[in-house]
Amino acid sequence: MIDALRQKKYLQFVLLLIVFILLCAFVTPSEGNWFWRLPPLIKELPLLINDSVNYILYDWWLIDVWDPDIEEYEEKPLMNQFTRSASGLILFMIEFVREVLLGGVNTIVTFTGWDWATENEWARWPALPWTVVAGGAAILGYALKGPRLAMFAGFTFVYIAIFGQWEPSMETLSFVLIAAPISVLLGLVLGVWAFRNKTVEMVLNPILNVMQIMPHFSYLVPVVVFFSIGDQAGAIATVIYATPPMVRLTILGLKKLSPEVAEAGLMSGCNGWQLLLKVLIPTARRDILIGVNQVIMSCLAMVVIASLIGAKGLGHHLLIALNQLRVGQAIEIGVCIVLIAIMLDRLSLAWADKQVDYFADLSFVQRHKYSIIFGAVFVVGVILAWIGSFVFKEGFNYLYLIPHKKGITTENFLQAGVDWIVDAFFFTLSGFSKWLIVEILVPIKNAYLGMPVVATFTLAMGIGYIVGGVRVGLYVGGFLLFIALTEWWDRALITAYLMTLAVLISTFIGIVMGTLCAQHPLATRIMLTICDTLQTFPSFIYLIPAMMLFGVANDTSVIIAIVVYATVPATRYTIQGLLSVPPQLHEAGSMSGVNRIQRYLSIELPMAFPHMALGINQTVVFALSMVIIGALIGTDDLGQLILKALSDKEGVGNGLTLGLCVAFIGLAIDQVLRTWANQRKQALGLA
Amino acid sequence: MNTEAETSTSDEPVIRCESVYMIFGDNAHSMLQQANGVVDAARFQEAGCIVGVNNASFEVYQGELLIIMGLSGSGKSTLMRCISRLNEATAGKIYIEGEDILTMDNKQLIELRRNKMGMVFQSFALLPHKTVLENIAFPLQVKGISTQESMQRAKEMVDLVSLTGRENYFPRQLSGGQQQRVGIARSLAIEPDIWFLDEPFSALDPLIRKEMQDEFLRLQDVLGKTILFVTHDFDEALRLADRIAIMKDGVIEQLDTPANIVLNPATEYVRKFTEEVPREKVLKIKSVMDPYDPNEEVSEMRVQQDAIIETVAEAVLNAGKPVPVVDSAGEIVGALHASHIVHVLFGGHSDNETETAS
Repeated sequence: MIDALRQKKYLQFVLLLIVFILLCAFVTPSEGNWFWRLPPLIKELPLLINDSVNYILYDWWLIDVWDPDIEEYEEKPLMNQFTRSASGLILFMIEFVREVLLGGVNTIVTFTGWDWATENEWARWPALPWTVVAGGAAILGYALKGPRLAMFAGFTFVYIAIFGQWEPSMETLSFVLIAAPISVLLGLVLGVWAFRNKTVEMVLNPILNVMQIMPHFSYLVPVVVFFSIGDQAGAIATVIYATPPMVRLTILGLKKLSPEVAEAGLMSGCNGWQLLLKVLIPTARRDILIGVNQVIMSCLAMVVIASLIGAKGLGHHLLIALNQLRVGQAIEIGVCIVLIAIMLDRLSLAWADKQVDYFADLSFVQRHKYSIIFGAVFVVGVILAWIGSFVFKEGFNYLYLIPHKKGITTENFLQAGVDWIVDAFFFTLSGFSKWLIVEILVPIKNAYLGMPVVATFTLAMGIGYIVGGVRVGLYVGGFLLFIALTEWWDRALITAYLMTLAVLISTFIGIVMGTLCAQHPLATRIMLTICDTLQTFPSFIYLIPAMMLFGVANDTSVIIAIVVYATVPATRYTIQGLLSVPPQLHEAGSMSGVNRIQRYLSIELPMAFPHMALGINQTVVFALSMVIIGALIGTDDLGQLILKALSDKEGVGNGLTLGLCVAFIGLAIDQVLRTWANQRKQALGLA
Repeated sequence: MNTEAETSTSDEPVIRCESVYMIFGDNAHSMLQQANGVVDAARFQEAGCIVGVNNASFEVYQGELLIIMGLSGSGKSTLMRCISRLNEATAGKIYIEGEDILTMDNKQLIELRRNKMGMVFQSFALLPHKTVLENIAFPLQVKGISTQESMQRAKEMVDLVSLTGRENYFPRQLSGGQQQRVGIARSLAIEPDIWFLDEPFSALDPLIRKEMQDEFLRLQDVLGKTILFVTHDFDEALRLADRIAIMKDGVIEQLDTPANIVLNPATEYVRKFTEEVPREKVLKIKSVMDPYDPNEEVSEMRVQQDAIIETVAEAVLNAGKPVPVVDSAGEIVGALHASHIVHVLFGGHSDNETETAS
C-alpha cells in the first residue's frame, strides 16, 4: 500500500483530494476558528509601508541645498531632491521630443525662464508639419530596410494625421521614445551586471519574478508619491513595467552564448568594453532584440494605464472614450496605438540588421543621400504648410498640424456596427449571462469562499509537494501564508476563483485551437500572426467587447475578457510545442503503425507538454493581470481594492501589499508549473 | 616542414612550459601546495577538484607545428587555453619568446594577443552579426586600425583562404568548411607569430576535413608560423604534425615525432593508439634507409629523405635496384632497399622495431 503510494503519483493526488474534502466537510466556519480563517496578523503592514515611504521621502538623510529664491541654504531630504531632479530630467526629455514634433515653449523656458519667454513672443518652437514627419519616417524606413517598410511607416503617420489623432499620437510617441530607450538601457545594464555577477543575479531574480506578475495598478500610487503626477510619472511606471522582460532576455541571451565566442573575442585582443559591446551583446542580439520588441509592446500597452497618473496622449483619450462608452472612437484610437507599436518594432529590428558596404566608392551626394532627401522633404513640407496658412482660412492649417478630432472619422460607421451587434444579440446574451452567473459562477464562487483555510493550504502545499517535493511545497505554503495573514484572504479567494476558471477555459480552448492550427502550415502562420496582433493590443481593449455584449459589473463580462486575452499564450505555446516535436519521431510513430489520433496522443502531446506547460504559466500571468484590470468594470476581488487604493492618499501601502498578494498567487502557481515542466523536460531529454 | 626548426639559429623556444598545472575547483591552490608536485587525479576529484593539466613541460620552436592529441577530457584544450591565457594556469611557468605570460597584467596580455597570437575554434565562433569581411577585420579594428586599412587587409585574407566573392555573406549563409576558412582568415589577419588551432576541423565532414587539412598545409607552407594544434583525431595528427604530444588525464604521455610515436610508444596507452596505424603512411624514408654505399649499383631515380614511404613505395619497388636518398639540398644521404619497404608494408607490426627506428 505504502509502496504503491510512493510510486504512483495519481494515487497521491487521490489521497490528497480525499483529505481536502474531509477538511472542507469537518472544519466549522466560525470567527475565532484558526482552521477556518487565519487572524490578520500583518494587517499593519500597509501602514508600516506608508510610514517608511514618508520617512524616506521627507526625513531621511537631510542635505543642504541652495535655494535661489531666498538666497540661502536650506535643509532638504536627499530622496526628495533625487526624485525631484529625476522627474525633472525625464519630463524635460519627453517635452523636448514633444516640442520637436508639436512645437511649444517649454524647452525655451527651461533654458531662459518664463519672464523672458513672455517678453519675447517670437521665441516659440514651431512644430514640424505632419507631412515632414510622415516623409521622414518613410525615408528612415527606406534607409533601414527598403520600400515596404518605407510605405508602412509613411502610411502610419498619414493614417494618424487624417484621422485627426495627430496631437495625442505625437504626445504618445514622444513619451514612448523616451520610456523605451530608458527601459532598454536599464535592462541591458542590469542584465549584463547579473550575467557578470552571481550575487546580483540571485538578488535580481526574485525581484524580477514579483515585478512581472505584480499588477501595474499597484505600483502607480508609489510612483505618484515619489515622482508626482504627469508624463514623467507615466514614463517611470512604464519603465518599471517594461524593464523586467528586457533584463530576463538579456541574461538569457548572454548565457546561451558558446564560451568560444567570448574566447574568440579575447584572442582577437578585445579589452573588457570591446568584448561586451562588440562581441557579447551583438552575438546575443537575437534574444536582446526580442527584449526590445517586448519593451516597445509594453510601453504601448501601458499608455492607457499611464494616463491614469497623468500621461498625455492616446491613452488618455482612449480612457475617456471607454468611460463614455464610445466604442467606435475607442477602436479608432486603438488602431493608432497598434500601428505605432508595429512601426516602432519594425524600425528597431531593421536598424539592428543594418548592413554596411565598405568598398562602395561613394561620392558626397551618394553618401548623404538620405539626409539630402530629408532636407528636401523638410523644405517642401514647410513651404506647403506656409501655403496652407493662406488657403485654410478657418483657423486650422491642415498642411501644418491637423487639430485633434478635425480629421476624417469613421466613428459613426463603427458605432453603428457596434449598436447593431448589441441590438441583435443583447437579449440572448444577457439571458445566457444570467444563467451562467446563477447556475455556474455563483455556486463556484461560494464553493471557493466556503473553503476553510486549512483545506486550501493542504491542497496547495500538497500539490506542490507531490510535484516538486518539500522545497516546492514550502514555497507554495509561504506565498499563501502571506496572503492568509493579511485581511484580504476572502478577496484573494475571489481573485483565485475568477483566475482559475478563466485559465481552465482558456487552456482548453487554446490547446484545441492550437492543435487544429498546427495541422496545416498556412493555418499555423495565420494563427501566429493573429496571436502577435492580439498581443500588441493593450489589455484594456479586451474589456470593450466584453462590456458591450454582457454589460457592466458582472462576472461574465470579466471572465469573457480574461478568456479572450489569456487564450493567446495558450494557443501560441501549443502550436510552438507541437511544431518543435522532431519529425523523426513522427516517422518513427508512423512506421510503428499509429493512426493520426494515436500519434497525437502518444507522441506529439507528451513531447510538446513541457512547452505547453510554459504556455499555461503565461496564461496564468495574463489571466491574473486581466482579473485586476477587470476591476474597472466592476468586480469585488483584490483588483477592486487596488483600484480604490489608487485614489487614496495613503494608498501606497495598501496598493503594494495587495499587489504582492496578487503576485504571490501567480508565483505559487508558477513554482508548481515550472517545476513540473522542467521535470518532464528532463525525463524526455529535452533540457 | 621541420627543416626550419632544425636550422633555426635562435635557441630560445617560442613557447616554453615548465611544470604547468591547471586544476579546477575552489581549493585548487591549497590542494596543489599540499600535493607537493605529485598530483593524483583521483584523489583530487574526491576533494572536488578536477585536474585539467598535470605537470606539463615542453617547448615549441620557431616554425614548428606541435599537435596536442588526446581523447575528450584529456586536458588538451585546457593546456592550449593555459598558453593563450584564456584559462589561468594554477601553477607553473609559461614563456612566450622568453617572457613569462602568467605575470603579465591585462593590458600587456591584450597587447600580446593583438600582435602575436591568433586562434581558430572548433565551433568557428564567428560573430553572427558581422559579414565575412567584418569578421576577418574584427581583430584589426579592435586594435584601432582605420576602417579603410583593415578592410583592405581583410580583403587580402579573404583571397588567401579562397573565399573571394563571399565578402558580404553572413556566417549563417556559409557551409561549415567556408565558416572555418573565415575563422582561419580572422586568426591570421593580424599576422600572428603563434597560431593556436583548437580542433579546427573536428566539426566538419570527412571529405571537407581532408580538403581543409590540405588547405592548412598549403597555408603553413607559405606562412611558416609556430603552431599549436589540438585534435582528437590521430590520423590528422600524423598527417600534419612535426611533433605530437599525446595527453591522457591531463598528463603528457609522450611528446615526439610521429615516426617515433608509432615506432617507440612510451606507454601502454600510446601503444594502443598506434597499433592500427599503417606505418607506410607515417614513416619517412629517412627512418628506413640504409647508409649509402658508393660502390653499390643504384637506380637513376632519387627520393627525398622527408618523403612518406607510401608515396614512393611503388616506384622504389619497380626500380629493381636500391634507390639513393637525398636531402633537401640534393646531397645523397642514404640508400633505400626494396626489401626494407616490403618489410614495412607487409611485415609484422611488433617485430624489428629497433631495426627500422631512425
